[in-house]
Amino acid sequence: MIRTPLRPLARILSARQKGENPDTIERENLRLRHEAMRDKSRARAEVRLLFLSLGFLAAFTTIGARMGLLAATEPMEPRSAAAGAQILATRADITDRNGRILATNMQTYALYAQPRDMVDPARVSRELAKIFPEIDPVAMERRLTDGRSFLWIRRVMSPEQMQRVHEIGDPGLLFGPREMRLYPNGQLAAHVLGGASFGAEGVSSAEVIGTAGIEKALDARLRDPAQAGTPLELSLDLTLQAAVEEILGTGMTMLNAKGAAAILMDVKTGEILSLASLPAFDPNDRPNPLVKGEPGDSPLFNRAVQGVYELGSTFKIFTVANALNLGLVEPDTMVDANAPRRWGRFTIKEFQNKNYGPLLSVENVIVKSSNVGTANLALMIGAERQQAFLQSLGFFDPTPVELVEAPGAKPIVPKKWPDITTITTSYGHGISASPMHLAAAYATIANGGVKVTPTLLHGGVPQNGPRVMDEETARDAMRMLRGVVAHGTATLGDVEGYQVAGKTGTAEKPNKAGGYDTDKVVNTFASMFPADNPRYVLVVTLDEPVETTGSEPRRTAGWTAVPVAGEIIRRAAPLLGLRPVVEPPPVDELTAVSN
Amino acid sequence: MRPVFFVLSFLAVMGLAFWAYRENYATQAALRDMGRLQDEIAALREALALQRAEWAYLNRPDRLRELATLNFDRLGLLPLEPTQFGAAAQVAYPAPVILPGEDGFPAITDPVEVTGQTTNTAPDGQFP
Repeated sequence: MIRTPLRPLARILSARQKGENPDTIERENLRLRHEAMRDKSRARAEVRLLFLSLGFLAAFTTIGARMGLLAATEPMEPRSAAAGAQILATRADITDRNGRILATNMQTYALYAQPRDMVDPARVSRELAKIFPEIDPVAMERRLTDGRSFLWIRRVMSPEQMQRVHEIGDPGLLFGPREMRLYPNGQLAAHVLGGASFGAEGVSSAEVIGTAGIEKALDARLRDPAQAGTPLELSLDLTLQAAVEEILGTGMTMLNAKGAAAILMDVKTGEILSLASLPAFDPNDRPNPLVKGEPGDSPLFNRAVQGVYELGSTFKIFTVANALNLGLVEPDTMVDANAPRRWGRFTIKEFQNKNYGPLLSVENVIVKSSNVGTANLALMIGAERQQAFLQSLGFFDPTPVELVEAPGAKPIVPKKWPDITTITTSYGHGISASPMHLAAAYATIANGGVKVTPTLLHGGVPQNGPRVMDEETARDAMRMLRGVVAHGTATLGDVEGYQVAGKTGTAEKPNKAGGYDTDKVVNTFASMFPADNPRYVLVVTLDEPVETTGSEPRRTAGWTAVPVAGEIIRRAAPLLGLRPVVEPPPVDELTAVSN
Repeated sequence: MRPVFFVLSFLAVMGLAFWAYRENYATQAALRDMGRLQDEIAALREALALQRAEWAYLNRPDRLRELATLNFDRLGLLPLEPTQFGAAAQVAYPAPVILPGEDGFPAITDPVEVTGQTTNTAPDGQFP
């Protein structure tokens, strides 16, 4: 570029000759040069601005077009990403602790109709009624011809039924794929599993939702697509569950009981290995809840968790453990057991109006199941300490077990706690709890006094709960319970080699009139085995059993729940891998012998 | 020099365009293939789930119990009993084999002379 000089010599010289100021020429030239520079930079800036706006325009147009495209098109699965279990997004399976399937899914089809496309509704109705017996051909034809454009006919059906529907060959009959929940073991563990049904339904898919039991309690976990590939492992053992249900069912039939429940629990981890409630139902075809009558009579009722009963003498061990723990008595302390005992206007009697008194050792209070002895111990403890102890064992709150029914089964606890309540509670009357509560409390004793929380999920580690009683108290309590089975009220439950320890309980059922029915009882046997180092707790409850082999009907737990529990232990303990142990014979006592 | 540069860059553009065209179609083919494979995986998983369900159904404890009862004559299966536990010492092991020359090998008190042809041996020394 050729720069024009600011002071061109020719013009300066001529200006000097004319007597003008040559500086004006320089200023003029400087001004012209600045103007030229300004014009040039403005033009450049304009071009830059143009490019910039074009760039922004292009960018925003792209983003806008992409957004419009995303909003307008059908959603599509990402095809290039690595796919795992999500390819087939289904509800997670449920398995037992050994991976055996308890609940899984099956691909099936739903049948629906589009009557507008239907050729011959009358024939279709007749043919459908032949395939599905529950369809009324007249009603079906009326529904197919009343002008509606869509009609569900069947939620699920078998492949054979589907083939036969195909063979009808009407274009108005259509199939929609369905994920169906399948419980291959039928009635087994029905109350734990609960059941599932369809939620929102569309033609191409339907959501499966849990309706009861663990299916509903852990619905979010089972539906989570991220965990669809990993089955939910329960603590149940299928083999054990089958054995327990079989024996319990036989026992229930033989003893003419209305219902029965059993819980087998690991005392270290709190895992429930078997939870049975009879009568049971088939979760594949869950019956409807009863609309009238007692809900407790429905097979849907989970007696082990929902059944809140007065558990009777099984509570006595808690009173004794409480007294031992407070240091009020020792196992061999003699307490007043003179029956009948009067308290205000109430009379406390023993079973069959016996009298074990006047004095009975604490150990024998349990072994002989003395109401009066327990009542006197409870009066020594007092209402407040008794309540605190029962609360620490979990008798005031619903059990935290993973079933949707559990939070609703709150124990029935007396509102006021006068001395007579202290007395009746000490032997399990006036306070109602579920067999699950009892199992957890017995597991706490069996675990050396450290609280155990029951769980239905596998993978439990030994629990490190709060300490409820001293280890020594728990050991004394276990020894007393062993005495009950060895030479007390539960001798029929003594399984050779497994040193069963436990306590019977017979509670008369409260009737509507406010009293008690003497011929309607709930029999409970809460046990633990092996007694020297308990590993499992078993609670068996029978509803209204009666043993009729003798000359007169017998309704005490020792004749009903105990033999059933004994049989369960005989079958379950080898399945649990427990070796029978030969109990050391009692030390020979000196016997007076005369020559 | 310039024309050569232009020609080279033109050729490069053409080459790259051809490569991009090929890659585009290869990618689409791969995606189609992947979609097909995923469908296949889904179908196989579904079949597998059905087989598992069937296996669980056929092995349900009720059925096994009935089968054990039906076939009791042949199998004689009974529930496990506590008395069936045993100690390792109770297991009957086969008597240890004692070779000649070792301690405990019974002395030959009445030797028998064995003579005869080796008819079992083939001419080349191999056993038939």
